Amino acid sequence: MMGRTISEKILGAHAQKEVAAGEIVVARVDSMMAQDGTAPLAIRAFNEMGGEGVSHPERIMFCIDHNAPSPLKSVSELHALMRKFASENNLELSDIGEGVCHQLMVEKGRVLPGELVIGADSHTCTYGALNSFATGVGSTDFAAAMLTGELWFRVPETMRINVRGKLPAGVYAKDIALSIVGMITADGATYQAIEFSGEVIRKLSLESRLTICNLSVEMGAKVGLMEADEKLLEYVGKRSDRKFSPVKPDRNASYAAEHEVNVGELTPLVSLPHQVDRVLPVEEVEGTIVSQGLIGTCTNGRLEDLRISASILCGKKIAKGTRLIIAPASREIMLNALREGLIEVFIESGCVVVPPGCASCVGTHQGIPSDEENVISTANRNFKGRMGNPSAYIYLASPATVAASCVEGKIADPRKYIRGNCRS
Amino acid sequence: MVAFERNRKCVIARPDPPVLKGTARVFGDDINTDYIISGRYKFKTLDMGELAKHVMEDLEPGFADRIDKGDFIVAGRNFGCGSSREQAPLALKAAGISAVIARSFARIFFRNAINNGLPLLICDTSGIDDSDILEVDIGNGLVRDLTKDSDIKCEHVPGIMLTILDEGGLVSFIQKHGKFRV
Repeated sequence: MMGRTISEKILGAHAQKEVAAGEIVVARVDSMMAQDGTAPLAIRAFNEMGGEGVSHPERIMFCIDHNAPSPLKSVSELHALMRKFASENNLELSDIGEGVCHQLMVEKGRVLPGELVIGADSHTCTYGALNSFATGVGSTDFAAAMLTGELWFRVPETMRINVRGKLPAGVYAKDIALSIVGMITADGATYQAIEFSGEVIRKLSLESRLTICNLSVEMGAKVGLMEADEKLLEYVGKRSDRKFSPVKPDRNASYAAEHEVNVGELTPLVSLPHQVDRVLPVEEVEGTIVSQGLIGTCTNGRLEDLRISASILCGKKIAKGTRLIIAPASREIMLNALREGLIEVFIESGCVVVPPGCASCVGTHQGIPSDEENVISTANRNFKGRMGNPSAYIYLASPATVAASCVEGKIADPRKYIRGNCRS
Repeated sequence: MVAFERNRKCVIARPDPPVLKGTARVFGDDINTDYIISGRYKFKTLDMGELAKHVMEDLEPGFADRIDKGDFIVAGRNFGCGSSREQAPLALKAAGISAVIARSFARIFFRNAINNGLPLLICDTSGIDDSDILEVDIGNGLVRDLTKDSDIKCEHVPGIMLTILDEGGLVSFIQKHGKFRV
């Protein structure tokens, strides 16, 4: 019998039958999340469906992170709608300042290995790093899942990407992810799952793995999956007491494609405006003037990202004419950064530290660039207009590259700044 | 109500009306949902009439004003990539777009459009030019370019999507059945 991929196993377990790629299944959803850009429409659809109560309130979390704190009265009304629905249905709601939805789902133990998770946000694929089948959906699908506890899925074909080699100093998970996006392209994995494997993935921290899975959707993938290991089990063990079963692919599983990526020669990379898959080595864009930097988001707002950034910024000032916004991905991360002295480093170097949340990534508030400005960001999207101004240009890079670039006021290679901790 | 012919290489579409006629408004590859409706607007309101005024604005300022009701958006690969915002298909529909015809669609947009009754057609769009007059035969999965006098066959989609469309979108599907069934 043909072996099965991680996706086939997880979807099969939740549909209570053996399934193969291409099949349509109705499956039980273990955990679901909607944010302030998508939950209001989901609530409306839920009410139109005649929903009187959600089927499993403990499986649902709402999160106010995209536009938080509210910059406008109309937004405040949508936030109020979410709070009312959450209260009436006994759902957990993460309010302003708690952090980015995807980081909170992980920190709160709402995602465990082998689980099936949906989020009304495309970057829900981030939790594939936790060995869960996690995928983004729209608001109406989300509403139906709140009502019924289930959703239909097409079992995806899987692309396997084996990452090997020794990662050079100054090159990080974000660079690995950008190199893969550049190779696969923006629609190269459409309708597919990706399984990331190999020695490099095993050595990466959980935080770095989340960064890589986060960018899966930028290749069109439904989910980016990794296997569970000791590192992951230790993390989730501290966050939840729910039972779970990690899932491995069978040795003879069938893959739509297999790719090898060797990171031994990888250099820091930059994604050029206005497409994530326009990726070049930093050397080729060095010297490009940048007016604003952003370090944060669901891609790169975690503690290790802040540590790397602070190690570069320590004792230095942001270049005159450049602004650097730091947005920790959660309150827990911000507190830890504060205790480690990282926030002090940021403030001393001239950064603006904003509350945990999506910050200016989605173009609604907290740092909309002006016309013709270049921005360098650790986010996952650089589409025209993404940060609120279609006449601005967004470059994507690792936290190290963003920090180094803001010190120089132009895109810079972070490798010359690599050193130990700030205090050492 | 027109029945779908499920075994034929069929197209997704609302059953009513079965044949649409309108003008092609051509865009390129990788049209993301930020371009369809920017985050600048979509977080502010659930009023799709308001959002409709801004569709495709960052790519083509003033596009919404130039839409005639019934126009088709025609695009290349990966239409609707990026964010999961359901405001994208809803705002296009509210702006008067009757269907989107593309070489391929990103998966979340694909589901969202079907769930909200915006017909999508998957076919080779390379021969369609801006302002061509098209006729879309929904029941037969056919796009007819009247300007070029050519017929383009469309690809099939999963049966459950046809059923959801057949029943007027996911809200009415759930109202009727109460849950999913395959």
